[in-house]
Amino acid sequence: MSREKILAAVAKNKPDLTPLPEIQNFGNPYANLVEQFKAVLTAIGGEVVYVKDWEEIRAYIQTHFGGRRIVTNIDPLADVAQESWIKSDPHSLEDVGLAILKGQFGVAENGSIWVTETEMGQRVTPFIAETLALVIQKSELVPKMHDAYIRIGGERYGFGAFIAGPSKTADIEQSLVLGAHGPKSMLAFLME
Amino acid sequence: MNHADAAEKFNKDFDRTTWHDETLWWVRQKRDRAAFAIPEWEQLRETASQIKHNVLSNLDNYLIEFEKNAQKNGITVHWAADAHEHNQIILSILKSQGVTEIVKSKSMLTEECHLNPYLTENGVEVIDTDLGERIVQLADEPPSHIVLPCIHWKKEEIGVLFHKHLGTPEGCADPVLLTHAARANLREKFLTRRVAITGVNFAVAETGEFVVCTNEGNADMGAHLADVHIACMGIEKIIPKREHLGVFLRLLTRSATGQPITTYSSHFGKPREGQQMHIVLVDNGRTVQLGREQFRNSLKCIRCGACMNTCPVYRRSGGHSYHNAVAGPIGAILAPNLDMTKNADLPFASTLCGSCSNVCPVKINIHEQLYEWRQELTKSGHSPTAKTLSMKVMSAVLSNPTVYHLSGKIGRFAMANAPFVVNNSFNPWFKQREMPEPPKESFGEWYKKNRGEK
Amino acid sequence: MKVGLFIPCYVDQFYPQVGIATLQLLERFGCQVSYPAKQTCCGQPMANSGYEHLTHDCNRLFVNNFSEFDYIVSPSGSCVLHIKDHLHDDKREGEATHVRTHIYELTEFLTDILKVENLTAHFPHRVGVHQSCHGQRGLHVAQMSELVAPPFSKPEKLLNMVTGLELVKLDRVDECCGFGGTFCVAEEAVSVRMGIDRVDDHVKNGTEVLTGGDMSCLMHLEGVIRRRQLPIKVMHIAEILNAK
Repeated sequence: MSREKILAAVAKNKPDLTPLPEIQNFGNPYANLVEQFKAVLTAIGGEVVYVKDWEEIRAYIQTHFGGRRIVTNIDPLADVAQESWIKSDPHSLEDVGLAILKGQFGVAENGSIWVTETEMGQRVTPFIAETLALVIQKSELVPKMHDAYIRIGGERYGFGAFIAGPSKTADIEQSLVLGAHGPKSMLAFLME
Repeated sequence: MNHADAAEKFNKDFDRTTWHDETLWWVRQKRDRAAFAIPEWEQLRETASQIKHNVLSNLDNYLIEFEKNAQKNGITVHWAADAHEHNQIILSILKSQGVTEIVKSKSMLTEECHLNPYLTENGVEVIDTDLGERIVQLADEPPSHIVLPCIHWKKEEIGVLFHKHLGTPEGCADPVLLTHAARANLREKFLTRRVAITGVNFAVAETGEFVVCTNEGNADMGAHLADVHIACMGIEKIIPKREHLGVFLRLLTRSATGQPITTYSSHFGKPREGQQMHIVLVDNGRTVQLGREQFRNSLKCIRCGACMNTCPVYRRSGGHSYHNAVAGPIGAILAPNLDMTKNADLPFASTLCGSCSNVCPVKINIHEQLYEWRQELTKSGHSPTAKTLSMKVMSAVLSNPTVYHLSGKIGRFAMANAPFVVNNSFNPWFKQREMPEPPKESFGEWYKKNRGEK
Repeated sequence: MKVGLFIPCYVDQFYPQVGIATLQLLERFGCQVSYPAKQTCCGQPMANSGYEHLTHDCNRLFVNNFSEFDYIVSPSGSCVLHIKDHLHDDKREGEATHVRTHIYELTEFLTDILKVENLTAHFPHRVGVHQSCHGQRGLHVAQMSELVAPPFSKPEKLLNMVTGLELVKLDRVDECCGFGGTFCVAEEAVSVRMGIDRVDDHVKNGTEVLTGGDMSCLMHLEGVIRRRQLPIKVMHIAEILNAK
């Protein structure tokens, strides 16, 4: 059996046990987490929109995304979106123009937002939509990835992702192109 | 073709070499900007290196822990001793599903195992979905860089390739239009393929989850739409705890492309409802490398490609000159472990400048290992006989001052015994360089006259 | 202070003026310098080619020549690094260790041991420094551009003491020149290309005199410069620091 063979070879060849280092979080160098988050996310092709409440988000969506197929699993936005998509075949989300999902929190150092399957409704949603909008509270920003994993802790999720901006590639001569396979644009609503 | 010959061929096109060098240097500069924005960068590297050292020192237990937790999460775990077994496992899963068409996101392991040709021979069509990989796949070439697979291709050439394969307008070389043409073409594949293969960047022992990082979202599009997700990983990709991801995700993309993080850092914990999720744990020589004390640190590699971007030789010889799935400095210390005879040239494809070791986010002493591989290859008889003979002559001359000084007097003019001339010939030097002008006396002779009897 | 002068083989044979400048410079700072006549080579060419196991006799000779000195100084970072990293003698390991721990590249010796703060040299030219890799990344005579750490440069600190001298800023501060020992002939195409690119950086930024602490790299760059008939003069840093 290869399993036993591999494990035996590892046991035989591994070096003496060395301890794991302490993981520091190196403090918070950012005077203003919101500004830092916005600066980074904007630099990597995302967009940050400050909003006071759900009403403002609704208005924003109606102005900018009228006529598109919109999905969300956020109750206060139920009326701007389509119903009953959560149990559907994921392939049927192929023509979604805008997906609006909640994020759990954002990370200031890299402009990413942590989203799990629970918030996604379906795993493919944040990847297949033409535009992805994630909503987080302004107060839900942590400085760095170390803080992010402290925050996640031992949470059990089937799937989770840090999402930082729209899908992109620079494979052709290092020219940045937004919209490789996933969303062509991505915005973060930062709510008071 | 060995590295030197392939590199010479690459260098025939002077301007293209300039372009290749500058494109990669640009990436190195982006890496510098990203690293210098993190004051604790060097501490982070040290931490990452120590975590990886702990992993190597306890790998068997972490693998068992990972397997147990992954199984608990509903993931099927497979073990493959070598490339062939890895390929067989994948084929058998595909057969059990009755599937002959699949999508695959980036996985250097599957390149190392030559999965694509194996599946093709067995009647399976594989579509690489990473844009760069798709480009080289259409061109019937291997990737030339582990992170930037088609960095050696110019946009005009990609335009021609896409015109032929994807029907883009003739002469179109606009990266936006070409990318969106590939997007449309590949979307159809994502929507119709029932099995998706991905690589693995990190697998967490304590949780049984694995993390896949992409910018394009292709791993996710494949995995979340497919009935079956197969993830392939080398056994060294294990990390002990979830919190360690905080260290590695801070380092990985900053080192690779200078981005603060990839667009998607996807954590796969369990299959989605109704989906099968498989993970293949592959050895393929890794346990042998683990046993080579001076080379085991190479297993710390997180495949960021920073060593390639900074390598002055890689930038001027191209990834294909390394004739190995992983090119560049890290490839040159991994490849001899896979096949010493085939890859004996690679540790010599370096000036030992050491820049690779300095950019490595897990502090692999790459250039020192290149030096060590040279010794190892020579001792195990993987060195040309002529070279060994000339080295023996050199050793005899240099360890005997009388012979040395005699040969110096003659040699200063013949220049046949300059120690850096391996083949007793100055020809390769003289092709594009002038020789030093011989002085009328050596320093030793001058010293005797001017400071003698001291 | 008894200093043993180690003049690498190719400097001895091709660049005696570099040995002379090194000697005179050390003497000016009051060192009692001797040049052991029986020295040949550090053995690096063999070791870097994968034949470290053939360097035992070379090592023994080196220990014979240099173990009696308080310090060993050489105008070549690369050779010094080789000795520091690889000199062993199973019969006289104590003396080999003394050599390994007391050998210095010229600029680090001037900076760290002699603690030179003033020079009387005058050299009214635009000077570009080629920072050789082994001196820099091996011996740490200068900060490495890859590391997130404060910059410093021992060679540049010394050059800044030379009156009339203007240092040139390069686009790529510490890229390898492509010499690389046997690499320069075994990988001729890449070696030359790297040399051309390094030289072009100096041309572009107005270097009149190209200098450095390793004559081997300079020999390679000089070979490229002369073949391409470029208006750049190549001198070892010892010659500039010793310039009147």
